[in-house]
Amino acid sequence: MAERRRVSSFEWSTAVIGGVSFSAGLVVYLRDGAARFTAILTNDLGLFASMLPKMAAGCLVSAFVTRLLPREVVARLVGTESGLLGLLIATLMGAALPGGPLTIYPVAGAFLVLGADAGTAIAFITAWNLLGYNRALIWEMPFFGSDFVFWRILVALPLPFLAGALARGVLRLLAARRGADRGTEAGSDTST
Amino acid sequence: MTFLIVNLLLWVLVAALALTAAVRSKALFREGATEGARDFVMLLPRIMIGVVGSGYVAAIMPEDLITTWIGPKSGLLGITIATLAGAITPGGAVVGFSVGAAALKGGGGAPQVIAYSTAWSLYALTRLINWEVAMMPPRVVWLRAAVSIPLPFLAGVGAMLIGHP
Repeated sequence: MAERRRVSSFEWSTAVIGGVSFSAGLVVYLRDGAARFTAILTNDLGLFASMLPKMAAGCLVSAFVTRLLPREVVARLVGTESGLLGLLIATLMGAALPGGPLTIYPVAGAFLVLGADAGTAIAFITAWNLLGYNRALIWEMPFFGSDFVFWRILVALPLPFLAGALARGVLRLLAARRGADRGTEAGSDTST
Repeated sequence: MTFLIVNLLLWVLVAALALTAAVRSKALFREGATEGARDFVMLLPRIMIGVVGSGYVAAIMPEDLITTWIGPKSGLLGITIATLAGAITPGGAVVGFSVGAAALKGGGGAPQVIAYSTAWSLYALTRLINWEVAMMPPRVVWLRAAVSIPLPFLAGVGAMLIGHP
């Protein structure tokens, strides 16, 4: 697909999926006939079309939130919190902050610099991966439909928090073992 | 009805954000609106290809094979298989979602597909290697990968227990 705006936005993933889709469509057409081919097409396009308003809203919400909620603010908000509240805020922010990996990882890195622990950064990244409305609205809904996405997100709700807490547990365990190896030493601070 | 309400709420949110941006400055509003519209137009063909393609791929895949491996009755083993498949699926978002949708349309169980898409979201190896390792302290990346291992199972089992979708 030729794109004039940004040549670099050609994606191998899309090209591969396009090729596979075309071949699969051809097989269906030749094997099952035109009626089945059209039935699948209209069924899928119907779902896709019904999700268009949500996708458009998702794109606009992302574009505005990116401008109204600067990364620095998010980094400060999460980076200076600790404890369970820190995990909760990290989860909320991970779900709220739109953008791709180029946005998310630097923000998570900034938390660490500002003094947050790895658990907080992990809760944030996990929330972005699993709860981000951006991805849910724009990508997931046209593929799976709203009902599926709703339940998928519902079961995923506790997971970022859990991942962050688990990471803290692992770090504490490692620190304790290191402390035991060294004999009892006071003031073992593992943060860098 | 819920469909309309969700759409309505979303667009109320869009309006509120657009208004907030416009109050701050006209340029901010214009930038936001242009970028949102451009993203939408750019993503449309990509997502459409994936959505339609997943329907055709599902139609030519052997249904009994999918049902045996990751069907609604495949239980924990199916969730495990789906998790592994999700973790090793290469490529960008369009690949992950197309494969997941094809599996669901082709007879896969909802908890299994949820496990697949959760594993894919958490691991997507190309993203992990290209971006995460480059931008985060390696210690944090590996810790995240390690603590993420139980999450796709929990999501799949959670969906199985709830009995939805």
